[in-house]
Amino acid sequence: MEMINVILQGVLLGGLYALFAAGLSLMFGVMRFINIAHGDFIVVAAYLMLVAVLFLGLNPIIGILLVVVLMAAVGYAGQRILLNRVLDDDILPPVLVTFGLSIIIQNSLLETFSADSQRVPASGFDTASLSLSGDLAVGLLPLAMFLAAIGVIGVLQFVFYNTALGRLLRATSDDPEIVPLMGANNGHVFALATAIASGVVAIAGTMLAMKTNFDPTIGPSRLLFAFEAVIIGGMGNIWGTLAGGIILGVAQAIGAQIDAGYQILAGHLAFLAVLIVRPSGLFAKAKG
Amino acid sequence: MEIATQRAPAIGSNPANYMLVAAALVCLVALVSAPLWAGRADLRMLMEALSFLALAQMWNLLAGYTGLISVGQQAFVGIGGYLFFALAMFGGIPVLAAMPIAALIAGLIAVPTGWLLFRLQGAYFAIGTWVVAEVFRLTAAQFPALGGGSGISLPVSVAKSIADTRAGREMVMYYIALFIALGAVLAVWLLLRSRWGLALNAIRDSETAAGSLGVRIRRIKFAVYVGTAIGTAFTGAFIFFQKLRITPDAAFSVTEWSAFVIFIVVIGGLGTIEGPILGVILFFLLRDIAADLGTIYLIGLGVVAIAVMLIDRRGIWGALKARGVPSLFKIQRHLK
Repeated sequence: MEMINVILQGVLLGGLYALFAAGLSLMFGVMRFINIAHGDFIVVAAYLMLVAVLFLGLNPIIGILLVVVLMAAVGYAGQRILLNRVLDDDILPPVLVTFGLSIIIQNSLLETFSADSQRVPASGFDTASLSLSGDLAVGLLPLAMFLAAIGVIGVLQFVFYNTALGRLLRATSDDPEIVPLMGANNGHVFALATAIASGVVAIAGTMLAMKTNFDPTIGPSRLLFAFEAVIIGGMGNIWGTLAGGIILGVAQAIGAQIDAGYQILAGHLAFLAVLIVRPSGLFAKAKG
Repeated sequence: MEIATQRAPAIGSNPANYMLVAAALVCLVALVSAPLWAGRADLRMLMEALSFLALAQMWNLLAGYTGLISVGQQAFVGIGGYLFFALAMFGGIPVLAAMPIAALIAGLIAVPTGWLLFRLQGAYFAIGTWVVAEVFRLTAAQFPALGGGSGISLPVSVAKSIADTRAGREMVMYYIALFIALGAVLAVWLLLRSRWGLALNAIRDSETAAGSLGVRIRRIKFAVYVGTAIGTAFTGAFIFFQKLRITPDAAFSVTEWSAFVIFIVVIGGLGTIEGPILGVILFFLLRDIAADLGTIYLIGLGVVAIAVMLIDRRGIWGALKARGVPSLFKIQRHLK
C-alpha cells in the first residue's frame, strides 16, 4: 500500500515536471535552441506569483493569469530584442547568452528577495487532500497541478495541429529557411513560440510557488528536470514529455523513499538509464 | 599549388611580433620569479589565476576546436579534487604523485561518461554534461568517509609533507600551479601544431568538409573529451590541495568551474590560445576591482558575456586578430 502511495505521489509530481518540460521542448522544437535559463524563468514566475499574492493581495487564480500574461509578453519581447540576434547554426551564442541570463536572474533575485526560502500560501488548498481508499490520499494541489499539466499539454497539442499558428510553428520547425519565402517573418514566429513557452513556464512557476519552498538558486535543477523529462519521453512528442515527467517523478519518489539523499540522484539515474537503452527517448516519433 | 603544410612566417617579419613576444617573455619571467617579489596574498591570487588559465585552456580546446559545448566540466574538477583527497588521505600516496594519478583515473571515468554523452547532440550534449556533473556531486555527498554532504579537510600532515615551513609550502604550491598552467598552454599549442591540430582546425571550420576529407571526427572528438577531462581533473586536484578543504558543492560548482571558465574563454576569444590568457587577466582584474560588490559583480559578468556575443562573438582576441594583430602562438599554416 505504501508503495502505491509513493508511486501515486510520483505520478502527480511528474505532472509538474511535464509542465517544466513543455516550454523547453516547444522552444527547442521551433528554434533548435535550448534555454539554459529555463529553470530560472520558472523561478522568476514563482517570485512574480509571490508578489501578486502576498504583496498585492490578489486571488491566486488572478495571480496566475497575471503572471502568465506578463511572462508571455516579456518572452515575446526578449526573443525579438535579444535571442533572435544570436540564433544561427552555431549553438554556442544562445547557450552563452542564456547562461549569462541565468547568472543575471539568480543574482538579481538574490539582491531583491534575499536567499530566504519562500512559499506562496494557497488559502488551505495546498494542505487539503482527497481520500481515495483506506490509507490512500492525494493532495488537492498536486492533483490540480497534474490536471493542469494535462490541460496545458492538450491545449498545446491542439494549437500545434489544429490552428494556423500551429501550422506556422511546425513549418518553421521543419524548415526555417523556406517559411519566410511564403511571407512569414521568422523573428515574429520565433517570438510567438517563446511567448507561448513563457506562458507555460509561468503556469509551471506559479504552481511550483504554491507547492514547495523556493529560493533564487533552485532554477538550474528545474532546468535539468525539464530536460530529462523531454529526453526520456522522446523529442518532438509532447505526450511523451508528459510520460517522461511521470517516469522522472516516480523515480524520484521511489529514491526519496529509500533515502532522502537519493531523491534527485534516482531521477538522474533513471534518465541515464533511458539514455543507455534508448537514446532517442521512450516514445520518440519516427523521423519523417 | 603547394599543399598547406608551410609553417607561418618566422617571428621578426613584423615589428608587432617583437613587441608581443617581448611582452610574453616579460610576463613569463615575472611569473617564474613571482615567489621572490609577490606577497602572500598576491601569490595566492596568482595561483588561482593560473588554475583558471588551465581550466580555460581545456574548455577552449574542447569547445573551440571540437565544438563540444560542455557546461559540466565541473564534474572533472570535482572528481580530480575528491580522488586526490582519497589517494592522499587513505592511499598514503605522496601529494605530487596523487595529483597525476587522480587525473588519470578521471580520464578513465571520462571514457564511459563520454560514451554516454556522445549520444546527445549539440545543446542536448551541453545539458547532459551538467546532469552527469550533478550525478557525481550527489554521489560524492553519499560517501561518509569523505565527509558526506559537509565535506572534509586535508590532514595537516599531508599538507606538511611537501615542505615544513609555510613559506616553503606556498612556494611549492605556486610552482605546481605554474607547471599546470604552462603545461596546459604548451600542450594545447603543441597539439594544434601537430597533424591532430590540422584535423581539429578542419573540424572547427567545417565538420562536414573535414569528414569528407577523411578526418575521423568522432574518434578525435572523443580523444579530446577524455584528454581535457584529464587536464581539468589535474587542475581540480591542485585547486583543492591549495584550498585544503573539499565539499561537494564547492567541488562540483557550476558557477565557479563552468560559468566563470566559459566567460573567461568567450570574452577573451574562443578558438585561440591567446584568448583564454587575455580572458583570465581581465577576469582577475575585474574581480580585484569589483568583487566586493558581490551579486552586482556577477550580474555585470553576465552582462559582459552577453554583450560579447552581441557585439563580436569572436571575443577580444578574435576581434584584435581580425584587425591585424599577429598571433603569439603560431598554429596557422599558410599556402605558398
